[in-house]
Amino acid sequence: MNIIVCIKQVPDTTEVRLDPKTNTLIRDGVPSIINPDDKAGIEAALQIKEKTGAAVTVVSMGPPQAEKAIREALAMGCDKGVLVSGREFGGADTLATSTTIAQAVKKLDYDLIIAGRQAIDGDTAQVGPQIAEHLGLPQISYAESVEVEENKVVVKRQFEDRYHVLEAEMPVLITTLGESFTPRYMTVGGCFDAYREKEVAVWGYQDLIADLSEEEAAEFTRNIGLKGSPTRVKKSFVKEAKGAGTILKDITADEAVDAIIGKLQEKHLI
Amino acid sequence: MSKNVFVMAEQRDGVISKVTLELLGKGRTLADTLGQELVAVVLGSGIADKANELIAYGADRVLVVDDPMLKEYLTEPYAAATTKVIREYEPDIVLYGATSIGRDLAPRISARVKTGLTADCTKLEIDEETKLLAMTRPAFGGNIMATIMCADHRPQMATVRPGVMQALEKDETRTGSVEKVDVDLTGCDSKVKIREVVMFKKKAADITESKMLVSAGRGIGSEENMQMVKDVAAALGADLCGSRAVIDQGWLAKDLQIGQTGKTVRPQLYLACGISGAIQHVAGMEGSELIVAINKNEGAPIFKVADLGIVGDLKVILPKLAKKLEEI
Repeated sequence: MNIIVCIKQVPDTTEVRLDPKTNTLIRDGVPSIINPDDKAGIEAALQIKEKTGAAVTVVSMGPPQAEKAIREALAMGCDKGVLVSGREFGGADTLATSTTIAQAVKKLDYDLIIAGRQAIDGDTAQVGPQIAEHLGLPQISYAESVEVEENKVVVKRQFEDRYHVLEAEMPVLITTLGESFTPRYMTVGGCFDAYREKEVAVWGYQDLIADLSEEEAAEFTRNIGLKGSPTRVKKSFVKEAKGAGTILKDITADEAVDAIIGKLQEKHLI
Repeated sequence: MSKNVFVMAEQRDGVISKVTLELLGKGRTLADTLGQELVAVVLGSGIADKANELIAYGADRVLVVDDPMLKEYLTEPYAAATTKVIREYEPDIVLYGATSIGRDLAPRISARVKTGLTADCTKLEIDEETKLLAMTRPAFGGNIMATIMCADHRPQMATVRPGVMQALEKDETRTGSVEKVDVDLTGCDSKVKIREVVMFKKKAADITESKMLVSAGRGIGSEENMQMVKDVAAALGADLCGSRAVIDQGWLAKDLQIGQTGKTVRPQLYLACGISGAIQHVAGMEGSELIVAINKNEGAPIFKVADLGIVGDLKVILPKLAKKLEEI
């Protein structure tokens, strides 16, 4: 059995701060991490590997330094990695990104594809289902647990008010919830193997179009990168803070209570 | 030519979701601005009678796809039916709720009809100059807002965050037309099958519906201290919720979490107790009408959005507040 896990290297957005003077993001010194939902996907894949002996391949699209995220996944126990990297792929929105990753995945063997539900820098949750559509695979998103039964996966899928237990014949794509799979740590031996024994292939644009007909290659080229992205960011801005209210300090607890009650009465809430 | 604003109505067990009514409220404004029709599309089984409700909340027209295969949500039958509607009616704009259903379905549609999709929008408006849909959403964990447009592909599609848009008042006198759309879904259910559907046990109040919320944050300090917050909520007749820190501790249920990874609320009162006000939290509550914050740290960012901020020890203030509220 072959499993592909799609991961993204992201800035740790909980560490991002705003520069109060310029109102811009301070990106310097913000650590890059494996996106948490994707790391859960790695864990889900490794649990299946332990039970079935599946081979786990990690695929990531990103700049050259994203190799570090792939090496970390290998150190956790994944078998090999593919980094899809090239300036032709840059500036892509979710549709163009999914087109690129799907093309890379087509070159690999797979029974099960696992992607994290969403990335913390974009929060879109779109690329997983879009990859499934490009590959003509069924998808199950929001997976809380995954079991393999012969040629099927059985997935508990979480919704707001219910969960579904779904079964799907492989090949299938699932997206995993970060809170449902606690990722294991890298081991010392794992780190050694990740850098000394295991292989990360780097695939560029030419690699992805190598097996395509001229026509298919042209179509693929039209649909990747910034120019293949239907959506464009027109502007980005920092939210304006609401006008400052009244802040009371150095008051007694009784005064505080009176101030709160007064405000609630003023607004006819009590 | 692409025309009209479509809202993909979401129903579960025949009940129209609140976010659908919010989408109709926003969709009405967009359609009026463009001089187009607002069309609601409802998929399900035995749901034809829902059309009038959608009209009462603003739709000019309702398209109904009624098929036993659409009873419980499954990606492929819903994607097939939605794609058929989009290809046949060629809408200019399609809006989905950013719920687990909408966020599963919409990207699938975007890849199938090859158009853009903007996730989890918190603001939608028509750009005056281009007449394009300007879709604004938080990115980078809520640290920045991005406005996104889809100029050359149709339809322009967005999922919209629940709790952000305003539904219209229900107006039973509104009139509109209802059309049945036939879709052949044969074979759509062959790949993924439902073994079991389990409803979560009766949940606490739906906090997106609450008029008043008392919210607990990390500053509460311990699970025992949660009782003080509960007492204040009870005395006010408010519902309880919390920040991610409190939910991660297991002091409150997950569906009571406010913020970027939780729910967006806009109650009449949001009483923040021991909440520092990280940007991810503020994203989920800044639309509240009155924000009162108690925090011992004068520099807490929650005070930047608070209408009334109290710098003080909540362990002393909350019990006194509960007592005083009981007396009133």
